[in-house]
Amino acid sequence: MKFVDLTELASRNLREALLRNTLTTLGIAVGVASLVAMLSLGVGLQELLSGRLQRTGLFDTVVVTSRRSFGDYGRPRKAEAAPEPIRPLDEAARKEIAGLANVLEVYPEIRFPAELQYQDAPRMMTVAGLPESARQREVFDGIKGAFFTAANADETILQIEFARDLEEEPLSLLGKELVLRYAERQPLASPTRAGAAPPDAEGAANWGFSVVPREVRLRIVGIVETEPGSGFGGFGRSRVFIPLQLAQKLSSVQFGDLRQAMRTSATPEYLNLSVRVNSAGKVPAVQESIKKLGFQTYSLHDVAKSLRLAFAVLDSFLGAFGSLALAVASMGIVNTLVMAILERRREIGILKALGAADRDVKQLFFAEAGVMGLLGGVLGVGMGWAIGRIINFGINIYLKRQELPPQTIWSVPWWLVVSAIGFALLVSLVAGLYPASRAAKLDPVQALRYE
Amino acid sequence: MSGAIVRTEHTNSTAIRAAGVSRHYTMGESVIRAVDDVSVEVRAGEFVALLGSSGSGKSTLLNLIAGLDRPSSGAIYAHGRDLAQMTPMELAKHRSQTVGMVFQSFNLLPRMNLAENVELPLRLAEVDRRERAGRVRESLERVRLGARMHHRPSELSGGEQQRAAIARALVNRPTILLADEPTGNLDSRTGEEILNLIAEINQSLGMTVVMVTHERPLAERYAQRQIFLADGKLVEGNSVQ
Repeated sequence: MKFVDLTELASRNLREALLRNTLTTLGIAVGVASLVAMLSLGVGLQELLSGRLQRTGLFDTVVVTSRRSFGDYGRPRKAEAAPEPIRPLDEAARKEIAGLANVLEVYPEIRFPAELQYQDAPRMMTVAGLPESARQREVFDGIKGAFFTAANADETILQIEFARDLEEEPLSLLGKELVLRYAERQPLASPTRAGAAPPDAEGAANWGFSVVPREVRLRIVGIVETEPGSGFGGFGRSRVFIPLQLAQKLSSVQFGDLRQAMRTSATPEYLNLSVRVNSAGKVPAVQESIKKLGFQTYSLHDVAKSLRLAFAVLDSFLGAFGSLALAVASMGIVNTLVMAILERRREIGILKALGAADRDVKQLFFAEAGVMGLLGGVLGVGMGWAIGRIINFGINIYLKRQELPPQTIWSVPWWLVVSAIGFALLVSLVAGLYPASRAAKLDPVQALRYE
Repeated sequence: MSGAIVRTEHTNSTAIRAAGVSRHYTMGESVIRAVDDVSVEVRAGEFVALLGSSGSGKSTLLNLIAGLDRPSSGAIYAHGRDLAQMTPMELAKHRSQTVGMVFQSFNLLPRMNLAENVELPLRLAEVDRRERAGRVRESLERVRLGARMHHRPSELSGGEQQRAAIARALVNRPTILLADEPTGNLDSRTGEEILNLIAEINQSLGMTVVMVTHERPLAERYAQRQIFLADGKLVEGNSVQ
């Protein structure tokens, strides 16, 4: 029989024992709904969490250090441990890393001690440079005021605790100015001031540097709730942020600069570089190619991997519980169809007498199972979607009472819709296998015998 | 396609030939010989009545000819092809294309209207959708039920139901019509009406008809030849031309 005729006859047959078939279909729908509701919450939770983590910038970042920076500190280095010369993490290295595939940007982490003067008393603080790309990070969603107007503007963003230190009403600080006093580094050998930009004369002798106090006036443009960690592996917390380019321009003495003073080359070296990768999945590959360049790398990719693993386990648990209802529903299909065979013995006999092959009868019952599965699947996805929404709604009422921002912890991506319907169809067809082959094997002579 | 039912011309050829056909059933220990070594021949275009008391094996023989059942031994040829050697698919095709069946209890599907009932064999034979409506109408008009196409079987009289069943048997243009006690559930006047219709089909279309009945007077009136069965065996000398 042709597919259209099969589905037509199947739907017609299903309409006959309407109550029974509706109940069976509803059984499948409830099974699918529980599956979809469970998984939509699992997926939603995962999306919520990984979305947040993604935007912390932790998982798509690789921190690069020179081989000598860590590890061997405080230990005598063995000559054979480093057969090749150690590469300095300088501007050339930065450019090379920036040229690698999948690398979005490479920036140094700059944090330095400074004194901040606002109205009365000066306060010691660690000041950190923020790259332009930090604008996208989640912590700036709730910023009061705005992000820096330009990549090198004389502006600052304060963390709210620090702002409270300065003013009772932190928001009144917006637009006001404070004075940043810092220690500028001036190379001794160079007649001109070398900024953060590397000197052109590479290999020039390093004569150390002198430290000169300087100050700069900064306009307060924004206040954030939490500290925007500008990577990891930094030096403690900082509560005052300035544009990264400005930080570089200031050429302030950093924590690691003592070491630089002891070295012979005049080429400034970065203590570490943060490498932003275009997707978290590409992190290992980028890490690998940076290692080949001769640097040490560190990333939270492994942490992210175990997070994904944890969610995979959670999802499969939720899925297994959800599928349980579907398994029960599949038995309903078997039951309904076996009943239908008993009732429709004569009809099967007639069909065979009219020229139906075993295959036609089998396909007909199969199609009936399939139609129930498909309808149940579609209905179930709708129900699951609604259940997920209701749960989400309920949770948000709770969150609101706790004075927390509303969250979407429920997500029904298209792949879940398609695979839930597909799964329902598959389960129904498997459930239909036995009744269908039983119906096909029915002896028409027996079936047509007068009752 | 004109859609007209074409008169089949087989007047001198053999439509059905059974050669030493047996059908045995095992019931526990005992073997029931429903049909036992029967050899019979039906010419194309012939109207043959299969007579016998109940349990004589006449319905079993009809089912064997219909391809609903397979012989335990022997051969049954329909237009020269041995049904016993056919694969299940070929046998289904034989039921669909070569024979049309009419039953005592009509066997119309109660939830379908007449047009849908008559369309069923066309669906099974995978006849093109556009062609079906015309053939259904033609078939129903032939049995004078053109006006009742959209009625359900329960809304019709017994005779009308049997006429619809005949329309269904004809719709796929088979060459052989097999009727199993077609008048058994009808009063005698309606029964005659049905037999007149079958005889007319036999005449006008040249269709081979094999009818199982236990009513000898009817068989004598309508059939060209009667074949008698008793205990699964052909009763010799009783084959009346």
